[in-house]
This record gives sequence, C-alpha cells and structure tokens, in this order.
Amino acid sequence: MWKKENTYGIGIKIALYTICILWTIVTLVPYFIAIITSLKPVEDVTKFSIDFRKLSLDSYKYITTEFPFMRWLFNSFVVAVAVTAGNLLFNSMAAYALARLNFPFKKVIFYIIIGTMMIPGQVLLIPIYLILNKLGWIDSYKGLIIPWLVSAFYIFFMRQYFLTIPKDLEEAALIDGLSRFGIFFKIFLPLSLPALATQAIFIFVGNWNSFMWPSIIASSEELYTLPVGLNSFYGQYYQFWNQVLAGAILLSLPTIIVFVAFQKYFVRGIVTTGLKE
Amino acid sequence: MRNRTKAQEYLTAFVMLLPYILSFCVFFAYPLVKAFVISFQNFSFLGDAPPKFVGLANYKEALTNKMFLDSILNTLYYSVLVVPTQLIIALILAVIVNDKVKFKEFFRTTYYLPTVTSPVAVSIIFLFLYKTDGLVNQILRHIGITPRNWFNEPSFVMPAIVSVAVWGSVGFYMVTFLSGLSTIPDQLYEAAEVEGAGELTKLIKITVPLLKPMIFFNTVVSFISTLQMFDLSYIIGGSDGGPMGKAMTMVVMIYRTAFKEFNMGVASAMAFVVFGIIFLLTLIQRKLFGEEMSY
Repeated sequence: MWKKENTYGIGIKIALYTICILWTIVTLVPYFIAIITSLKPVEDVTKFSIDFRKLSLDSYKYITTEFPFMRWLFNSFVVAVAVTAGNLLFNSMAAYALARLNFPFKKVIFYIIIGTMMIPGQVLLIPIYLILNKLGWIDSYKGLIIPWLVSAFYIFFMRQYFLTIPKDLEEAALIDGLSRFGIFFKIFLPLSLPALATQAIFIFVGNWNSFMWPSIIASSEELYTLPVGLNSFYGQYYQFWNQVLAGAILLSLPTIIVFVAFQKYFVRGIVTTGLKE
Repeated sequence: MRNRTKAQEYLTAFVMLLPYILSFCVFFAYPLVKAFVISFQNFSFLGDAPPKFVGLANYKEALTNKMFLDSILNTLYYSVLVVPTQLIIALILAVIVNDKVKFKEFFRTTYYLPTVTSPVAVSIIFLFLYKTDGLVNQILRHIGITPRNWFNEPSFVMPAIVSVAVWGSVGFYMVTFLSGLSTIPDQLYEAAEVEGAGELTKLIKITVPLLKPMIFFNTVVSFISTLQMFDLSYIIGGSDGGPMGKAMTMVVMIYRTAFKEFNMGVASAMAFVVFGIIFLLTLIQRKLFGEEMSY
C-alpha cells in the first residue's frame, strides 16, 4: 500500500519539477539571449552559436559614449528618486492625519482618496497635459515629476500601517511635550521603515519603468528618460541588435538589482495589500 | 484651552493633508471636470480658435471611427486571451512553489523578474526573439513549423503580444496567489489526506474553492489592467497599431488621437467611452462572481 503511494508521489514530483524548470527556462532564456546578443559583434547577432572569443562590452561602450544613454539614465534616476521621495513624505503625512487626527470631513476625504483609485488614468491625461502646458512645464523635470508626487493607493497603504501603531506611545509623547509633527517624524516614520521600504521600492520601480507619461512630456532628447530614449534609439538603429539589446539590459538592470536586494519588501507589499501600483 | 487644542489639531491635519489636497485639485478633480467638458468641445490643441461646444459630435465621431471600434475589439480579444492564461499559469506555479518543491525561493524570485523589468525592454527583447530569423523561428523550424514574422502578420500580432504580456505578468499574480494560499489552514489538507485524497482532489476540493475570493480579485485586477494596455502595443505596433491595425488598443488610440493628431476633444470622448467600458465590465464581473464573494 505505502509502496504504491510512494511511486505515485515520485511521479507527481517529476511533473512538478518539470513545470518549475520549464517556466524557469521560459523566464530566463529571453534575458540570457539578450545579454549574449548584446555582447556579440553586429554581424553575429542572428547566429545561434556563440563565439566566446568575439564577445565584448563594445556595444555598451558605444551606446553610452556615442549616444546620450548616460544622460537618459541620469534623467531616469533623478525623476524616479524625486518621485519616490515626494511620495514617501506626502503620502505618510496624509496617512498620519487620516489615521490619528480628528478634523471635519475626515470620512469624506478618506472616501475621496479611495474613490480616486477607481478612475482610469487615461481620462486625466489630456487635461493634465493642458495644465502643464499652461504652466510651461512641458519638456521639463517639473512636468515629469510634480504630477506624480502623491498616490492615493499608498496613502491608504500607510494609513493601514499607522493604525497598527499603539496609541499609548503617542499619548506618552504628547504628555512629554512633543508636537504632532515631532511625533510624526520621530515616532511614526521610524517605526514604519518596513512599510516605507515597500512603498519606496514599488514607486521607484513603477516610475523607472513608466513610459507613456515621459514620452508625452519629454519632447527634447536631453530630457528623455531611459525607456523613452531606448524606444527612440530602437526606432532608428533597429538593425544594430547588439546595441539595442545592450540598451534594454541597461534599462532592466537597476530594477532587477533593487528587486533581488529587497525581495522581502516586494512580497510583503503584495501580500499585505494585494494591489499593483 | 480645549478649543485651542482642537483648532491646533485641525490646523495640523490641514497642513499634513495639504500636499494631497493640492495634488488632488490640480491633477485629479479639475482634470476630471475639464476632460468631461473637452469631450463636448471642438478642442484642437494646434489651432488658435477658442474651444466651441459641439454637443455629442465628438462621441459620434469616436463611435463611428472604424480604427477606434477596431481598437475596442482588439483590446477585448487581448483581454480574453491574457486574463485566463496568466491566471491559470500563475495559480499552477503558486500551488507548486508554495510548499511542494525544493529551491522554492529561487523559483519565486526568477518568476517575478519579468514583473520588475521595463515593458520597453521586454518588448524590445521579444521583437528580437520573434524576428523572422530570430530564436523562436529557428526552434520552430527544427520541429517542422514554418517560420513567421510574428509581429508583422495581422492574424499573429495580437496572440504574439499576448504571449509577451503573459510572460511579463505571471509573476505578479503568482505572488498574490501565494499570499492567498498562506491563509489556508494545513489541517484541512491533513484531514483530506487521512481520508485518502490525492493531490488533484485536494487541489480541486480545497485549494480552488478557498482561493475563490483571491481568484475573483485577481480576475478583476488583471482584466482592468489588460483593458488599459498601452506599452507593449505601442512599442511593438507603433501608433498605427501594427499590421492592418491589429495591434491597436483603446489606449494607444486615445494617445494617437490626442498627441499625434492633436484632436483633444475626440480623444477625451474616446477616454470616457473606455472608462464606460471598464466600468460596465467590472460591474458584470461583480455580478457574475457576486454570490461567491458574499462571505
């Protein structure tokens, strides 16, 4: 009896590992091909075989010195870091007010925040563009950054986290004469580091990968973010696959590194909220 | 004294909410009203003429524009293919890497990588793989299937994009399913084993029914996000929507009408049509899954 079950178990195990390994191959092979191809000379890009003596970093050197890839990389960093910093501060501030302070229309404001999450962004795209145009922010860092400095979703997310911080802690601090802002900066933010890390990582990655908005706002080449720059580079140099794919790897690496380094926060973010930015 | 502290608390709350309130007014409330107004106006960004009220003309123009109507069909076709495919794969992977294999951390990490990879990079990598002389065709030739120019043939472009989209987002839904699985008590499985239930029985009788709220949630999230698809279609198909416009999605169409043709009025009308479609489909989904959601 147990013998039969055991063989059954092995059969299932083989099936399970086969599925796992198959999907690992499906996931990793595109990256692998892209990396190898980016290291090949252009005449070899469609060859199946790999000539190890011919592999080099030439296409990386070429795109970062002959094309403004470093500039685009810099723009992407500036925009993603600024947007992330703004979100961390502003979302937490709003979340603190909603979690801990009493004021008129508190419920209304909370439901408005929830409600804004249900409107698809495309509806707002055109009027936001027109507003930025009036302000003269088209083709500027301001236009790339300022519309995205707060996020309803992460206000909600931080509020849920702040609600778990014990009230006694706060009351003791109030009695000791700490102001509300003091409590926010000295108690709530330090106690919320895991939640802040989760938020930071999702917003950074989301902004780093964002394509539609920067391609609307950044019209001059010096202001392209890396995704916009790479797409335009592909449009002109699509036959130079080694360079195009070197650009794709350059674009992918930062978020992959961030992900692998801070994995547990990713999982926590999805698990605690179940939502995608 | 009490009034003073109360006033102070109001003021503190106001200051803390100020960035949100400003952003809400400038980048949400006003744009929402403005978008609605523009959708009834003859609003060309390029002309100097002041906007003119034109009634429902923009909606009429949007709904008689063949390219826009096609984009609706293309998008629905895309959603219908992507949503079940990615959820089924994600569920299978989640069940397996939950506790059934070794190296599960490695598998989870690997499967999640495409989710953090830029859609521009993903599109470009697959443009290379799906080329006529690309890797995919070289493999297919070996097993006797005629090589194709996947992204350049009208009937293949959307299924090819679907495969890229599924590759790119299975990891995300796998992790949400994993979080759902972690809430199912082990005792249920142990009890089933005592009664002699096999793996498949346990999956069908315990895992899937208990995951139903999560499955519903993922279906809605996945459906809404596929209806708003832009990046893959735009990078792979361009603003003309690829071969015979077969890769044109609703959002690419809005983008094209607004920022290539500068026809802001019609584009706004299209945006509200898309909003309506998303809203309607979400309601239908809620009705369909309604009973199971009640617990």
